[in-house]
Amino acid sequence: MTKITRPRPSKDRLRRTMMFMNAQRPGLIKDAYIYGCDSIILDLEDAVAVNQKDAARFSLYHALTEVDYGDTEVIVRINGLDTEYWREDVRVCVAGGADGIRIAKCESADMVRQVEAAVEAAEREFGVEVGRTLLMAALESPLGIMNAYEICTASDRMLGCAISGGDFRQSMHVQIEPDGVEMQAARGQMLLAARAAGVQCLDTMYPNLDDEEGFRREVDLVARMGFDGKSVINPKQIAYIHERFAPTPKQIAHAEKIARSCRAQSEAGIGVYVVDGKMVDPPFYKEAERIIELAKKCGVYHGDL
Amino acid sequence: MINAVGRDIPDYLLTDGREVYQGRFAKDGRVIKRDSPACVVREKPTADKLVGTIREACEKCGVHDGMTISFHSEFRNGDYTASQVVKVLVEELGVRDLRVAATSLGDAHDLLADYIEQGIITHIESSGVRGRIGEAISHGKLKEPAIIRSHGGRPRAMMAGEVHVDVAFLAAATSDKAGNASGTGGKSNCGSLGFAIPDSQYADKVVVITDCLVDFPNVPASIKCEDVDYVVVVDQIGDPRRIASKEARFTQDPRELMMAERAADIIAALPYFTDGFSFQTGAGGPSLAVNRFLESHMREKGIKMGFALGGVTGAICNLMDKGLVGKILDTQDFDLTAIKHLEENPNHVEMSQSEYANPGSKGAYVNYLDYMVLSALEIDTKFNVNVITGSDGVVRGAPGGHPDTAASSKCCIIVTPLVRGRMATVCKDVTTVTTPGECVDVLVTDYGTAVNPARQDIIDCLDAAGIPHVSIESLQERAYAIVGEPDPLEWEDRVVAVVEARDGTILDVIRQIKPYSLDK
Repeated sequence: MTKITRPRPSKDRLRRTMMFMNAQRPGLIKDAYIYGCDSIILDLEDAVAVNQKDAARFSLYHALTEVDYGDTEVIVRINGLDTEYWREDVRVCVAGGADGIRIAKCESADMVRQVEAAVEAAEREFGVEVGRTLLMAALESPLGIMNAYEICTASDRMLGCAISGGDFRQSMHVQIEPDGVEMQAARGQMLLAARAAGVQCLDTMYPNLDDEEGFRREVDLVARMGFDGKSVINPKQIAYIHERFAPTPKQIAHAEKIARSCRAQSEAGIGVYVVDGKMVDPPFYKEAERIIELAKKCGVYHGDL
Repeated sequence: MINAVGRDIPDYLLTDGREVYQGRFAKDGRVIKRDSPACVVREKPTADKLVGTIREACEKCGVHDGMTISFHSEFRNGDYTASQVVKVLVEELGVRDLRVAATSLGDAHDLLADYIEQGIITHIESSGVRGRIGEAISHGKLKEPAIIRSHGGRPRAMMAGEVHVDVAFLAAATSDKAGNASGTGGKSNCGSLGFAIPDSQYADKVVVITDCLVDFPNVPASIKCEDVDYVVVVDQIGDPRRIASKEARFTQDPRELMMAERAADIIAALPYFTDGFSFQTGAGGPSLAVNRFLESHMREKGIKMGFALGGVTGAICNLMDKGLVGKILDTQDFDLTAIKHLEENPNHVEMSQSEYANPGSKGAYVNYLDYMVLSALEIDTKFNVNVITGSDGVVRGAPGGHPDTAASSKCCIIVTPLVRGRMATVCKDVTTVTTPGECVDVLVTDYGTAVNPARQDIIDCLDAAGIPHVSIESLQERAYAIVGEPDPLEWEDRVVAVVEARDGTILDVIRQIKPYSLDK
């Protein structure tokens, strides 16, 4: 029987950065947590050649069971449901105790349910707690984006969805643009669906490693849009994303002010009131609480709330 | 006798006033009577000191069995001189029992390894011993133990008369007929000739060997004509492609970058990081990359580096060109950018090996160094560092300025990955102590940072800056958890090399390695 050593996965944990690594490269995956990304995505799909799928699964299983990833989340990207590999991929993930599975090229709620059924069967087969293994969907086509809400609500295991830029741009006949206009509609629609479903929404990786300016521009864009995080393909992309997704000292100070004053005002029986010349009502209070929670998770909160 | 770093030094080595290592500044304040070279006086108006061949120079200097000769290593793996000279002495003049005292020996000197194997070279004193010479020493081919000295320890030993050089053969990129010699301006340039300067001052006879004779006087000169006996012009003193590389690009390895960034963060978090601070780094990947991250810290704080020290790379020259470094004091140049920069920039000046690091002087530049960033082959839980013996126990490295800068700087930071392949870098006991743990302040690895518990002041600074750190024991345990605990190496009793502390005491010994056998 499998002995799972990793803590129970959490659906709403911090996922500012999810770093892709080829599951077939022991030298890479043995200590990928040292760079401080929130999640690692061990890839069995595109990074692995067709005649190496078996070898990659062995490498993956060994890593999952032998390497102590600490509190870094470990997700596995499995092969597409149109291949002969994905069922065996699921068994290895579950047996090894992966925190979650990323469903590549997901286009419908039914695909999520197919994977869920295979995951549950594997959990029973290997004596893993049923429901432990989380799922996330990679939306890589217009159809996937159109069905985002159904996909995100197809299973209780769903932690969120992520857009995959490479395939998506190809199917839309567009190239990467400096202002992100080519993905604007898709990003917006996916965000609406994810928020409506109450799951996380994650952006695609930025492929041009040497274009620091373009990378930062894209991070700024998706942070302002309201994404929860972004895929990365190199450790050097981690620091800026963490910096940009953490609340600023100014935001934190303002949130603290609202939270404190709101407590005082509600004790005094007042609903709407004014802070620093701006109207404050219950939604502001909820947002302030969220900012403080996020600051705590990002390790940048030093107050006492 | 057990010394201050816990190493057992055989009593038979402790003769003629030789002592064991007693601690970092144990010899501070003592008095040394400086050794003086025998000097043949020349009063007549001399046309020149040119002689036709290396052989003729040797004959004029006088050769004898058991003589001590010296070389400098500014030409690194491109050096032709040491091999050319030794070949003449051995093959043409039949000298035996030859003693070689070099600043470093390496891959360019396989011929010397042959002569060690044949019992013709019987003694080696050097900082670095790499390549086949290291193998020969570790297999016990020398008659008496080799002496490994730091860059500062070498001129100290010369000054104290512990090594007396009969003839120094000093390669130079340019020389005039009188022996004013320099590392620049020729066809095989090395930049600084800092390592050669003490030899020119303490050897009885000094022969300058060049492949580019220039008009008299070749000033400013690194080696002065008043110290030189003969000048030989040869076709080629070295292979320029192997003397200096193109400027190394900063590493793109995310692991090395992460360590370099952390080291720079630590530097910026300490009180020495003020306008005019001083800094030195090694030329290895992560150490070199510290320069890049330091730049942003300096700009952020609006301060400049007062001076940079030691072996020079293009990286620090670029920082000077950006107006961020006041002076560069240069003992050797690793790349073509640095060589050119030394030639052209008046604030980039040559420094002799003795000025740089000699603990027997009235105060070397290392004494004024704030930060030193170094690498390590091994570092143990007592912070002792090994940079000389490999995982198989064979001599294959060079302390260089490591022990000098670590001992004298205000903060010595070691940057090294936790494991290399199957080897734990952070270990319980280093194979050979080359730098005592009391001189090492901070260890930065890819798995975390550890501070020497003796430096509570640094611990407080890191805590205040929010820089996480762990115990060195936890790093060592982590390393062993990944790659396993290595079996101890097996040695013969015989000592094949003595690792001298910079003050001349014995820090450690290297024994002959026992051939590995599967039968136990």
